[in-house]
Amino acid sequence: MKKIAIVGYAQNKILASAGALNEVELIMPVVHKIFNNLGISQKEIDFTCSGSCDYLQGAAFAFVEGLSAIQTNPPIKESHVEMDAAWALYESMLKIQMGDADTALIYGFGKSSPGDLDSIISLQMDPYYISPLWPDRISLAALQAQVLLNNNIINKDEIMHAVIESRNNGLNNLNALIQTSITEDEYQKDLVLSSPLRALDCPPISDGASAMIIASEDKAFNFSSNPIWIKGIDHRIETSNLGARNLSSSPSIKSAMKSLDIENTAFDIAEIHTQFSHEYPFLRKLLNLENVPINLSGGPLVGNVMMAAGLDAIGKVYEQLSTNSYKRGLAHATSGPCLQHNMLVSLEKNS
Amino acid sequence: MNQEDKEKDYFESPIHLEYQYTAGAATTRFLNKVKEGKLVGQECPKCKAVYVPPRGSCPRDGIATNREVELVDQGCIESFTIVHIPIPGNPIVPPYVCAMIRLDGANISFLHLVDGIKLTDIRIGMRVKAVWKPKSEWRHSLENIKWFIPTDEPDVDVTKLRFKPE
Repeated sequence: MKKIAIVGYAQNKILASAGALNEVELIMPVVHKIFNNLGISQKEIDFTCSGSCDYLQGAAFAFVEGLSAIQTNPPIKESHVEMDAAWALYESMLKIQMGDADTALIYGFGKSSPGDLDSIISLQMDPYYISPLWPDRISLAALQAQVLLNNNIINKDEIMHAVIESRNNGLNNLNALIQTSITEDEYQKDLVLSSPLRALDCPPISDGASAMIIASEDKAFNFSSNPIWIKGIDHRIETSNLGARNLSSSPSIKSAMKSLDIENTAFDIAEIHTQFSHEYPFLRKLLNLENVPINLSGGPLVGNVMMAAGLDAIGKVYEQLSTNSYKRGLAHATSGPCLQHNMLVSLEKNS
Repeated sequence: MNQEDKEKDYFESPIHLEYQYTAGAATTRFLNKVKEGKLVGQECPKCKAVYVPPRGSCPRDGIATNREVELVDQGCIESFTIVHIPIPGNPIVPPYVCAMIRLDGANISFLHLVDGIKLTDIRIGMRVKAVWKPKSEWRHSLENIKWFIPTDEPDVDVTKLRFKPE
């Protein structure tokens, strides 16, 4: 296997509404930012892969329109996933492993503000038995939260502290959409949207875009003197039949951990794609991260760009390893209802 | 037993989603001009290619197109097809002509209708000009142009239109 490293990451400031900006106008600034940071252009990129969802924009082939944001002439090798851009990273890694590319640009973008995210997300479910019931994302998350509470896997105090901690960490994140802290009292008085979840337990509607550049060992040092190595990447999915899943555990995360052989790895830092507060204590235990600083960026509760937030978790670990003394980090990305599909990425810095 | 008396072995579950759709900042500038009956493209500051309708970027250079260029409402047919099959919900009665129209001074073409000519006479390179709807019907849409009709000018060799950066 070839060694592959992340050499750059950039993120637009997350907005509650990007207003009239189209996908080109969302993507171009963040792609220019990452190119300028590294002093390179599209010509140095062998493969380009994006992650987005046309249902968010409400425009068919919006992802093709988005390509106008980057330099596509002379023609480029390009692909897209109708998923979070974390999976565009995965496809890019395969492309490099196959020997078809040495460098890749990955970008993810999403505008949740134009539509009704609850309705849109319910369309990702099984189209025969579940989607026609239009279950909204918050009710589905609440279902898992209640299962976890009933089984004493997490408690309400941990859920509350996940929100408070996330808000406090978000104060240090210049790109965060929410930059205010909250008190226990404010949390307790907050409106319950879908029991047991309060409004504060749910991520904000967010618009934005992010970009990342990865390179094989041969090319990584051309871009950065301090590449962050992707030691392992694995993703697993559980059945789309919600009734057949055990929501009190996560077989997909467990098998990804096993496959990456990280069950006993001591990580220095982690960013986990926990869109709802109860997922935070649940995954912290499951991933053996109880004494590890998690979501120093504030995580999805302070800014959750659909189709980019998973890539952001990986990007934030990259940033922490690049700029701090941390050596080893874990990133998690998720997709689907109740943590159905999970990706783990283990990152390491050379000492 | 007639079809309607049969018991259904399926159910219908229509999907309806509402959006606040936005065209984008650059395309909005274009559409505001179209409402006034003007076709305004945007030019790449680097390669000088002119895009109409503009999306706000030059894919050749990967940069924003920030200069507006007013164009004329005539050009030539770069490509065309004759539609014989009716499309449900489309009020236009076949056969009709859909053509890629390359406006003079623009470096890309856009899809529009061509009328005022026998179907057998239509050809690539033919010069055309816009026929606008009455001003009272103008909206933020290229449908303000009813269709394009041929002019009497000689044909253009479209292979010569291929863009060459300066």
